[in-house]
Amino acid sequence: MQLTGAQIVCECLLREDVEVMFGLPGGAIMPLYQTLPEYPALKHILVRHEQNAGHAADGYARAAGKVGVCVATSGPGATNLVTPLANAMMDSVPVVALTGQVPRAAIGRDAFQETDTTGITMPITKHNYLAMHAVDLPRIFKEAFHIARTGRPGPVLIDLPRDVLEEVAEFQYPEKVNLRGYKPTLGGNSRMIKRAAKLIDDAKRPVILAGHGVLIAGAANELRELAEKAQLPVITTLLGISGFSSEHPLSMGMPGMHGQAHNNWAIDKADLLIGVGMRFDDRVTGKLSTFAPDAKVIHIDIDPAEVGKNVRVTVPIVGDARHVLRALVEEVATTARPEWVDELDELKDRHPGMPTSHEEKLLPQQVIRDLHEATTGKAIVVTGVGQHQMFAAQHYGFTEPNSWITSGGLGTMGFEVPAAIGAAVARPDRAIWSIAGDGGFQMTMSELATIVEQRLPIKFAILNNNSLGMVRQLQDLFYGGVRVSTAYSGNPDFVKLAEAYGIWAIRVSDSTKVQEAIAQASAVDGPALIDFEIAPEENVYPHLPAGGTASEMIEGPTGKEAPTWLS
Amino acid sequence: MVELATQYHTITAVVEDKPGVLARVAGMFGRRGFNISNLSVGHSETHGLSRMTFVVEGDEWVVEQVTKQLYKLIDVVRVSDISSDSIVVREMALVKVRVTSETRTEIMRVADTFHAKVVDIATDSLIIEISGDEGEIDALVELLNPFTVKETMRTGRVAMTRGGAATGSMKPSLDTTDQSAPDTDVVP
Ligand SMILES: Cc1ncc(C[n+]2csc(CCOP(=O)(O)OP(=O)(O)O)c2C)c(N)n1
Repeated sequence: MQLTGAQIVCECLLREDVEVMFGLPGGAIMPLYQTLPEYPALKHILVRHEQNAGHAADGYARAAGKVGVCVATSGPGATNLVTPLANAMMDSVPVVALTGQVPRAAIGRDAFQETDTTGITMPITKHNYLAMHAVDLPRIFKEAFHIARTGRPGPVLIDLPRDVLEEVAEFQYPEKVNLRGYKPTLGGNSRMIKRAAKLIDDAKRPVILAGHGVLIAGAANELRELAEKAQLPVITTLLGISGFSSEHPLSMGMPGMHGQAHNNWAIDKADLLIGVGMRFDDRVTGKLSTFAPDAKVIHIDIDPAEVGKNVRVTVPIVGDARHVLRALVEEVATTARPEWVDELDELKDRHPGMPTSHEEKLLPQQVIRDLHEATTGKAIVVTGVGQHQMFAAQHYGFTEPNSWITSGGLGTMGFEVPAAIGAAVARPDRAIWSIAGDGGFQMTMSELATIVEQRLPIKFAILNNNSLGMVRQLQDLFYGGVRVSTAYSGNPDFVKLAEAYGIWAIRVSDSTKVQEAIAQASAVDGPALIDFEIAPEENVYPHLPAGGTASEMIEGPTGKEAPTWLS
Repeated sequence: MVELATQYHTITAVVEDKPGVLARVAGMFGRRGFNISNLSVGHSETHGLSRMTFVVEGDEWVVEQVTKQLYKLIDVVRVSDISSDSIVVREMALVKVRVTSETRTEIMRVADTFHAKVVDIATDSLIIEISGDEGEIDALVELLNPFTVKETMRTGRVAMTRGGAATGSMKPSLDTTDQSAPDTDVVP
């Protein structure tokens, strides 16, 4: 079949089961856009800024468990994708980005809107391609989707020179990929799995650290079975949240910088850590030399380069979390560890919940807890980065896999708006709540227009402290309270702003009105926004200083008692 | 933490012969802060595949990371640390040295001792070609320095395992440092 390059791209996308893509057109990518009317099965969602197309594809991928696709033109369109590609790379999210490029003959001549897109994105993609012939497109697309979704997932970019999109070539979609240098492995080494099982059977104080890999591999059931059979308490990393129900008796919460204090103490006392699909990030470990001083380490990850990168590993297992956990469940003995479980319960009692500072005002923790109540913990929660993100991580109480979508590794403010778009497109059956900071929201709020156009019923909860709260907290705790460039004195009236887009909105500053406002917003048939005027000086506790150890953890403001409802 | 000894390691990689491969490899080394004191590339015996040789400075952890991070690049097919194998190591250099009618014969005699070849003769200079291990090349350059070496051009190290086996084929790519290589290749 003879087709143009642009038609070939569309045929490839259909064969890769793509239903929707997020993007914004421009000169170099126009041949692709002008071909889209021939392919009504490929839905295109027009955004207001390419960064948001990338984050929307990311949010879509996480919520749908499929590859997310974003499209941009050459030059500034492509460079606007840099942040979302880096975000997807850090958090192992399968995204395929299509960028226009200047015609082949113009490449290297500093042509209008030319950038070295593959050069720029090389370190922030799992792989990338510059397609130089239309006839190569089928192989490139087949490989790109395969690379994006298998092994440790990640973003793949395909740069498409304008005249390649116009070139006519024979289309035939390959049946198989043939990549000599890429053969991700699923099943772990059986010898290592046996050794791991022995370590687990012999351990007195074991804990599981479950990361994003559990969710990516669809291994939540296997994780629960292993935890129950061997009585292993489960700590979930920021990106591992929702991989293990917070209502399970063995659920411990989050570790690290803003994790519940008892988790850092549990790791400190543990004699065995079982890391599953996580990478011992510095936000989790703090100072490496004093991290888990008494623990042997079993590290299960599909990316061999993560095993042994940050911590010394006793038993390395390279493989897919679901396969390896399944094998471990068979291998381990049924064990009870009453002393360890009791000790941890005692730790939890000694380090109750999150102490707070300004009880007379509307507290962000309470807003999150009320949101949990109102949505029975069943919403898909999307966040930005900062205090509101940590409050949501600590207090929402997730029970279903993939119901938590946040920017972890890159920590990208502004993620809350576009990623919610992706999630809403992927899961029209679910309530989508975007918990936003007033700072991050203002980075990407231009997409309110997209939300209205697409009639996406996203509900926004802005935890408005009129500041870059997390940085203000760092200034207060570690820079002698010298507040530089963290206060926002000219924030817009978010209610009026939403209304300007035709979005229902309400402001809440009274703690008794939270539930009612959430109920009202939920009842709106379409998007809604609640501007929560929260206690502006509230801090996230605990706060383990960067590169610190458990004993340096700041658990709360001195001399304050935790309110009973927070325990 | 256990202190690990810093050493020079010879690592070879088989890579796809595609545009951008060198940039991917070099970029990865740079961004991860690995110190490569030597890199050489050339076609391999198989069409479409090139072979790279690196000399990496670092302890065991660094070498393990270098190996794994290289392997993670899609275009890298195989990686081996051959430092502990029995290997032949060679480097080639061209050395341009100033000559006068008085010094010419002496310089040629020095070259001869090193089994080096004179590949260009001009009135005031000679180009000497030498192949050997780095030490031999260093020694030659040192001996020529008093005569004023105007230019040296070195290819960097290439290495090959002795005997019938292919270089780096003695062990699976990841098994050098990590016994966690799976039993079977399961491709999803
Ligand atoms: C794009 C980007 N710029 C800067 C930062 C650094 N940063 C981390 S948290 C934060 C404050 C975020 O403020 P806001 O969105 O209002 O959330 P809050 O912490 O107040 O809940 C900043 C500036 C970042 N993470 N991302």
